Amino acid sequence: MSAAAVTSDKEPTWPAAIHRRLQAAEVRQVAYVPDGGHAALIRLAQADPTMAAVPLTTEEEGIAMLAGAWLGGQHGVLLMQSSGVGNCANMLSLVRICRFPLLALVTMRGEWGEFNPWQVPMGSTTSAVFELMDTRVLRVEREEDVEPTIEAAASTAFRGGTATAVLLAQRLIGSKVFVK
Amino acid sequence: MTEAPRLDRRDAVRRLLTGRRDTLVITGLGAPTYDTAAASDDARNFYLWGAMGGAAMMGFGLALAQPSTPVLVITGDGEMLMGMGALATIATRNPGNLAIVVLDNGRYGETGGQESHTAHRTDLRAVAAACGIGDTQALSRIEEVDALAPMLHRLGNTTLFATLAIERGERERLLPPRDGVFLKNRMRGALGLAPI
Repeated sequence: MSAAAVTSDKEPTWPAAIHRRLQAAEVRQVAYVPDGGHAALIRLAQADPTMAAVPLTTEEEGIAMLAGAWLGGQHGVLLMQSSGVGNCANMLSLVRICRFPLLALVTMRGEWGEFNPWQVPMGSTTSAVFELMDTRVLRVEREEDVEPTIEAAASTAFRGGTATAVLLAQRLIGSKVFVK
Repeated sequence: MTEAPRLDRRDAVRRLLTGRRDTLVITGLGAPTYDTAAASDDARNFYLWGAMGGAAMMGFGLALAQPSTPVLVITGDGEMLMGMGALATIATRNPGNLAIVVLDNGRYGETGGQESHTAHRTDLRAVAAACGIGDTQALSRIEEVDALAPMLHRLGNTTLFATLAIERGERERLLPPRDGVFLKNRMRGALGLAPI
């Protein structure tokens, strides 16, 4: 969990772009573990009457919850930080063995201007953990790539039935500032 | 002091499912899966054979997706203990179409009968209540199980959580389907949903 992570003066537009693509993909359940990088998107989901925004105590809860959502005919998305991906490894066996169409959006820590070394071990292995558990990984570095990547990932998940994670690079989000 | 007699798990689960119409059932891995299958297999049963700690959350996502259908999670104390934070998460919404029944024998039955934390000091009903689950009950008599059963098959006002003090012994394993894709699409089919 982190405080405001954006260092640029200008308010980024990509959280609204993600929200637009999630609306277009008929996402109805938004499970999240709070993260500074996802803060704006979480606020948009909470304000959206078509979405149930649900805070989790730990990330793997979201994997099971969204499996239930799909069983019942709804699309969902899991929002988390890279540090939570390791928590999901065992629960991803549910996704893999039942071929549930997971869509996870992961804000990256520990890879670009990271002040806190404790973020590095999980940040440097995020992709590998997903790939070990048969989840496809897409990565976004630049703001203009956010919307088309989310659109592609949602399509791969909900139409293609393939578990997909999108990693939002720390360079895109901005490094967390600990000391002003 | 002699211990009070505990509920027969197969009989208790059969009674819980009495009066079922369209209820969707998620079972936690191990004996709760066998107990539910012993009562009767059904396209609206989804049996977990793994994903320990995930049963309640899976029921929660399903309950949110199908708000006009009762959803029942039947799991064990060990499975619930592994995902106890789910109770706090579920309580943020307390959907009235969700019930979670924990068959509590204070044992990890699948792995040799080791004592679970509920055989020591943990009270799962109290945990659920402290997390904010709307209706929490601890049942130890068969009349109480019969009184609970109808509430599991209709829509309520809040999430219901009940522990059942069940016998400590193991029962024969009755093995329902374990192909995950089959179970998923079987339940979706029962709800009129295509595989993808």
